Amino acid sequence: MEAGKTKIISVLVENKPGVLHMIANLFRRRNFNIESITVGPTEQKDIARMTITVNEGEKTVEQVIKQVAKQIDVLKVAELEQGNYVMRELALIKVKVDDSKERSDIINFVNVFRGRIIDVSTDSITVEITGAPDKIDAFLNLMRTFGIMELARTGITALQRGAKSIRIDE
Amino acid sequence: MTKMSGAQALLESLERQKVNTIFGILGGAILPVYDELNYHKKIRHILARHEQCAAHEAEGYARASGRVGVCMATSGPGATNLVTGIADAYMDSVPIVALTGQVPSSGVNTSYMIGRDAFQEADIIGIVTAVTKYSYQPRHISEIPSMVNNAFYLAGTGRPGPVLIDMPKNVQTGVADVEFTNKISLRGYKLITEPKPQKISEASDLLAKAERPIILVGGGAITSGASHEIVQMSDLLMAPVATTFMGKGAFPETHPMSLGSVGMHGNPAANRLIGEADVLLAVGTRFSDRATANLDTFASHAKKIQIEIDNAEINKNIEVDVAILADAKIAMRVLLQATKEKLQKGEGKAWTKRVKEAKEQLSPLLKDRPRDIVPKHLLAALRELLPDNGIVTTEVGQNQMWSALYLKALKPRTFISSGGLGTMGFGFPAAIGAKVACPDRPVVDIAGDGSFIMSEQELACSVTEDIPVIAIVLNNSVLGMVAQWQRTLYDRRYNAVKLGKSPDFVKLADAYGAQGFRANSIEEFQKAVKTALASKVTTVIDVPISSECDVVPFVPPGCGLPQQMGDY
Ligand SMILES: Cc1ncc(C[n+]2csc(CCOP(=O)(O)OP(=O)(O)O)c2C)c(N)n1
Repeated sequence: MEAGKTKIISVLVENKPGVLHMIANLFRRRNFNIESITVGPTEQKDIARMTITVNEGEKTVEQVIKQVAKQIDVLKVAELEQGNYVMRELALIKVKVDDSKERSDIINFVNVFRGRIIDVSTDSITVEITGAPDKIDAFLNLMRTFGIMELARTGITALQRGAKSIRIDE
Repeated sequence: MTKMSGAQALLESLERQKVNTIFGILGGAILPVYDELNYHKKIRHILARHEQCAAHEAEGYARASGRVGVCMATSGPGATNLVTGIADAYMDSVPIVALTGQVPSSGVNTSYMIGRDAFQEADIIGIVTAVTKYSYQPRHISEIPSMVNNAFYLAGTGRPGPVLIDMPKNVQTGVADVEFTNKISLRGYKLITEPKPQKISEASDLLAKAERPIILVGGGAITSGASHEIVQMSDLLMAPVATTFMGKGAFPETHPMSLGSVGMHGNPAANRLIGEADVLLAVGTRFSDRATANLDTFASHAKKIQIEIDNAEINKNIEVDVAILADAKIAMRVLLQATKEKLQKGEGKAWTKRVKEAKEQLSPLLKDRPRDIVPKHLLAALRELLPDNGIVTTEVGQNQMWSALYLKALKPRTFISSGGLGTMGFGFPAAIGAKVACPDRPVVDIAGDGSFIMSEQELACSVTEDIPVIAIVLNNSVLGMVAQWQRTLYDRRYNAVKLGKSPDFVKLADAYGAQGFRANSIEEFQKAVKTALASKVTTVIDVPISSECDVVPFVPPGCGLPQQMGDY
């Protein structure tokens, strides 16, 4: 991921079956690359929010937004203003532990990164970490020295900063 | 609220949409609807002989009439056979509603449910997602009326397109309370038809100052019915008018300012003048690659104004200087007024002179070349025999491009051809559909032998349903357009293009109970057409032509419009 090039598109859609397929299909068919996509309900229960990150030039992003907006089940779509949003990703990482030295090293790293240990066994530690993707990447690099047994990342979810929001007013 | 079956709810909803014709083929999963059809005599069902053709028939009906066409098929293979027709409608923005049967979504015998690979189950919604404007699958009978309303509304408004309704069998047979409504519930569908005044002002500034204006008209102008406004704008600005292939008919091609169509096989004068213009007004076109050729050299000296109903088409292929997001007719009306107020009755004479000169020097009709004498003269002869409102459909290939070049279209919705998808086999069923929509006008399919074979079985539909159309087969015994590419771009390394002399189209017509003629000269051709027009029976006119006839001019792939090959 080229730093700074990633653009986040927030999409409000009808919360019903088939919508994710439609959006995913649109990206494939129009040859747009999705870096990550997250979906979940919003404060209005018939509306879901998709947060799509793409690494494309301005012209392509304009096309992405227009093509997405054209879909009948899409209620609103906007690119989050560069530098004016909060974004988070969550990762669960199961790390191999060989001895107590490694165990205490890992715990130290987790504390520095403000992660949480959510499961422990005799030879593994499972860590939860939240943050911007580059923070998670940095943490993962450290954990690789111990050996990552399993990894799950959610992809980015994000909101515009401040009072400005992307929502459907009833 | 009334208790009724899903099938009845569907058909009553269709009647409320004033549907009078359905083109289709039945099968197990749609039988309840067909049974219910017995009680809905206002709707005529036309039995197609292949579902792809049922979809093309619905397209022909829609394109000739401007109304939403309807086709229907059973689940599985019936539904998948519709796909080419649906994709064709999507590419050419044709309003159709496709109804398909589906295996039950629930029921007593659960092994027949959706998702279990039941007999004749196909995930048709998944399959057509990329080529429909939207699709519906009612899970409950009570949803049917609003889904049908929405489907017709979506298909027919804005940028039109195909909508599919997939009907699980249990939803057709089940009985429930149903309430009919005229309400449209589509909060995500944003329809903008009125232009922004600011944009009109910018566009009229450009137009009023233009020295060499040109108008490029696409299929959207036909959809919105903007022909009249375009003629007025051309008269006001003394601007020549070129159409895209899809726009053919939007501007009368006998008008002194008509340049015919642009593009890969466009009229030389149109291709040339687009490159000389200083302001281009594009109305309802998506700037397809077949129309623009190489984008870098397309109208490279012109400031560009685009009137377009689909926001996603603005700046997609061509960056424009002024984009007007609106319905073409509404926008043109306002733009006309605004331009009129700003226009200083200037000279403009040099441009008018140039247009006249280009048309004379570059017209493909003027220079006789013995090799292509047949299609050219044939189509000119046909034009003389057909009334102005006669409808022409075409197949795909040389027959189509010759028709675009040599057969003048005088009115909107009289030239119907598969532009975006380029579907061989489109023309004949489309002719049947057009004839159903306009029974009092002659309908002619200009075909190549290869394409005609792809839908030839619809002769049976045409004959038994008494929908008399005329097919003119320009029979060159090859897949002509591909042969032309192999001749010009592959150094005559012909492969897989020879069709030979099979079938005998006169005998084929006879076998189907249609009338067949063979025309070996223009005189015989004229005679056959006259007989066909007078006789009101389905007619096939086989016209043997040389297999080496080229369509010229030809802008090779990758080249710009000015780089046309072939003398003309
Ligand atoms: C369904 C389909 N298959 C293949 C093609 C590719 N193709 C384009 S033109 C053409 C030849 C058409 O031959 P014919 O109908 O005889 O017309 P002609 O060019 O000879 O006038 C072919 C095969 C197509 N457009 N559509």
